[in-house]
Amino acid sequence: MASEAVLRRRSAGHRLAGLFHGRRRLQIGALLAGPIGWLVIGYLGSLALLLVAAFWSVDPLSGLTVKEFTLENFEALFNEPVYRTIVWRTIRTALLVTMTDAIIAFPIAFYMAKVASRRGKALLVVGILLPLWSSYLVKVYAWRTLLSAGGAINWALEPIGLHGPGYGTTAVWLVFSYLWLPYMILPIYAGLERIPNSLISASEDLGASPFTTFRRVILPLSFPAVVAGSIFTFSLTLGDYITPRLVSNDQFIGNVIFSNIANNQPFAAALAMVPIVVMIAYLLVARKLGAFEHV
Amino acid sequence: MMLRVAVAVGLAFIYIPLIVIVIYAFNSSKILEWPPPGFTTHWFSQAFKDEAAREAFFTSIKAGIAATAIALVLGTLASLAVARQRFFGRETISFLVILPIALPGIVTGVAISNTFTQVLDVPLSLFTVIVGHATFCIVVVYNNAVARLRRLSGSFEEASADLGAHTWQTFRYVTFPGMKSALIAGGLLAFALSFDEIIVTNFTIGAGEQTLPIWIFSNLFRPHELPIVNAVAVVMVLISIIPVYLAHRLGGEDAGAPGRGGGGVETEATAVP
Amino acid sequence: MRSRRGNPARAAWLVLAGLVVVMLAIAGCGGGGSDTTGGGSSDEALQKVGKGEGQLNLISWAGYVEPEWTKPFEQETGCKVSDKEAGTSDEMVELMKTGQYDGVSASGNATARMVAAGTVAPVNTDLVPNYKTVFSDLKDQPYNTFEGVNYGIPHGRGANLLMWNKDDVKPAPDSWDVMFDPKVAAKYKGKISVYDESSYIADAAMYLKFHQPDLGIENPYELNEEQFNAAIDLLKEQQANVGEYWSEAAKQISAFAGGDVTVGTTWQYQYFALKEEGAPMEASPASQGFLPKEGATGWSDTWMIAKDAKHPNCMYEWMNWIISPKANAEVAEYFGEAPAQELACKETANPNFCKEYHAEEPDFWKRVYYWETPLADCGNGEEDCMDYNDWVKAWTSIKG
Repeated sequence: MASEAVLRRRSAGHRLAGLFHGRRRLQIGALLAGPIGWLVIGYLGSLALLLVAAFWSVDPLSGLTVKEFTLENFEALFNEPVYRTIVWRTIRTALLVTMTDAIIAFPIAFYMAKVASRRGKALLVVGILLPLWSSYLVKVYAWRTLLSAGGAINWALEPIGLHGPGYGTTAVWLVFSYLWLPYMILPIYAGLERIPNSLISASEDLGASPFTTFRRVILPLSFPAVVAGSIFTFSLTLGDYITPRLVSNDQFIGNVIFSNIANNQPFAAALAMVPIVVMIAYLLVARKLGAFEHV
Repeated sequence: MMLRVAVAVGLAFIYIPLIVIVIYAFNSSKILEWPPPGFTTHWFSQAFKDEAAREAFFTSIKAGIAATAIALVLGTLASLAVARQRFFGRETISFLVILPIALPGIVTGVAISNTFTQVLDVPLSLFTVIVGHATFCIVVVYNNAVARLRRLSGSFEEASADLGAHTWQTFRYVTFPGMKSALIAGGLLAFALSFDEIIVTNFTIGAGEQTLPIWIFSNLFRPHELPIVNAVAVVMVLISIIPVYLAHRLGGEDAGAPGRGGGGVETEATAVP
Repeated sequence: MRSRRGNPARAAWLVLAGLVVVMLAIAGCGGGGSDTTGGGSSDEALQKVGKGEGQLNLISWAGYVEPEWTKPFEQETGCKVSDKEAGTSDEMVELMKTGQYDGVSASGNATARMVAAGTVAPVNTDLVPNYKTVFSDLKDQPYNTFEGVNYGIPHGRGANLLMWNKDDVKPAPDSWDVMFDPKVAAKYKGKISVYDESSYIADAAMYLKFHQPDLGIENPYELNEEQFNAAIDLLKEQQANVGEYWSEAAKQISAFAGGDVTVGTTWQYQYFALKEEGAPMEASPASQGFLPKEGATGWSDTWMIAKDAKHPNCMYEWMNWIISPKANAEVAEYFGEAPAQELACKETANPNFCKEYHAEEPDFWKRVYYWETPLADCGNGEEDCMDYNDWVKAWTSIKG
């Protein structure tokens, strides 16, 4: 009796919920339809459409695509040595930037996680995040003026007989390391926070020097977080073309893609496959190393 | 001791270029000489008066809010599925979600732009920009949400169901409040990403519109406007102190919770097999 | 219990994968042959200019669309002007493909490509009253007229400048040796500024035309393989001395002002900006009055209207406006180029402007090699010239 009255008073929401109850497929489907539709059909589909052009060619005058299967783009990519140089230069810089950022970020993150007071922590987090809001372009242009022959770096170094790096590959490495540093600091910080202080104390109690504690306790436990941060420093360097253009003459993968997008999209698509493949490989390795796992 | 030195050096590295930007914003020379020949607040007043800059600013805000909203919805949905259910391909989702931000921006930008203009015959506009931004913002919300859901034991939800609440009630009264601060932190970071994005935006924006980064980009190459750009950048940093601080406070309420403001995007995603 | 893996969602994933495959198949089959039938004969030019649509979206070179002459235009026609500045012809061609813009100020290395791609429409010059008094050696040229059909309105022309910092570069150069001759260029190693586009290969070819006449180069844009390779080698040698390859004007300005580069190719626009800031710059032909020995590359720009432009009436109004005597005089003096409009010479603030810029001297322009699109068919009866794709690929390998 009473239960009937309860049943009749159920709201629309209640009844809709009942529809989902027990039906796992429906639940999962409803949750995932949006995100998966967006990402797979929308995003991956768009990517696929772009990349399929890598197997086409282009009419040199009109720039219109000739939709006939051909491997000439990949032949050009493999045969011309300049592209190997460019790809290797990009990957090498990405790796260097990642290592540099890891080295600079770790002490800062460690200090924030284990040493700073509550207020200090808050200040440092805000302090690290603030530069992210000051426009990528403005930061790169600021570096360009810093590095210029009449810029602040030379102005500071010349009195002591030194010389700044000027524009070039070194400048690119410097600027990238600068730009992506916060993306490395924060995950390492989060990772270090999760290491219980008791572990560190225990290690010290057992007689380990600070360096040994670092090497055998802290580093292994925070490594996945470092890898997680590296995903961003690596991928952001791999694809960027604006910074190399503004502080050097170097051609990175992004630059050649950019210069070919206009007149030879099939070739640009073939070029684009390179960072995609590299990045997917990197992500798979990162996953293995635990960057994707919750500790 | 050495630690403090390392920290100081690192912070100096981060802030010296910013200080340079501030100095240039007051530089009286148009061609940004060093040392600056004189100081002026002229560029700041110019920046406030500049109509194009104001419009671009508001366009960026609109795009950011819309993209963040979409990312919040999609990211939350995906995180609920991944953290609370088990199904084929669950590990792949975190891989999928990170792709738009891990692949080069030029690839994402051109792919989306092509699909809109050539396949769907939709002209480029603020809408297409928002779609592009939302796509790479999802991961930020998703990471935060999943990390938080993992901390919140599912037993609360089960208890709620046992007490007679149906799905939406459980979500509204139990799950969502627990996730709220993670979502806000993720949303703020998503907004920041969208606000400063240039590459994908460059390929997806329509002819007559500008977001703030696009405006900055087009003015970097106008020698007469360069210092205004620096002034705008300084103003943006100052304005942003508030949301950044907020994000930290919200994230910090759960002491030790991962994915606090900013940390979210790079902390782990899911994929426990 | 509930963790039975698989069936429900697995099916969903497979369906999704299938969808993606289907999309690929559709894309692949769409147009089994080539799509090169763009352009030309089937388009109609506008027959009558109607009321303005209230908006105009342009692509232009830096300095071509400035408030000084766009504000009066907006007031008179009600067409609000929105301008996107591009740094290279490649960018312009790409932007026009999006169909978002009504018109573009195109150089000769973009016009032919856009006509072939079908992104621009013929121009009915009867609808542009000021066209009558445009200099006759700008009308019906190979870079703005295709198969007898006019595709644009001349904007103005100029030579690329050789610019140097007179405090650092001595003696004042009168030849492109300072950038190409290994002995001379080495003196300025790391301080040379070169335009970052494949069109620059023509500058090397032009240099070789003068210094290695047995290569037989006539037109620096029509190069057979032997001539092409000689130019490439010259440029690869130059690369070691180059300080910066520039495509944005402001980037070059800041480089010269900051002392990062001391000599290079440039446009009047940058030269003026640097002089205004008091930088000690000289340029040929600007301050010298004569071209370097070998001549110079240059441009003769054309305003083109997009095919299916959203605001065609406003575009025609613009094309008429920009070559009206006053506006053309203003833009010519602002940027530093020779105007297209004869009557503009009476409207310039500097009464000697047209003389200084050789606007009325067709002979001067014979030594200026306007930017052109390299084609395989180079008019010698054979089709063995290097085409645009070859130029772009070569440029990438030159920069390294």
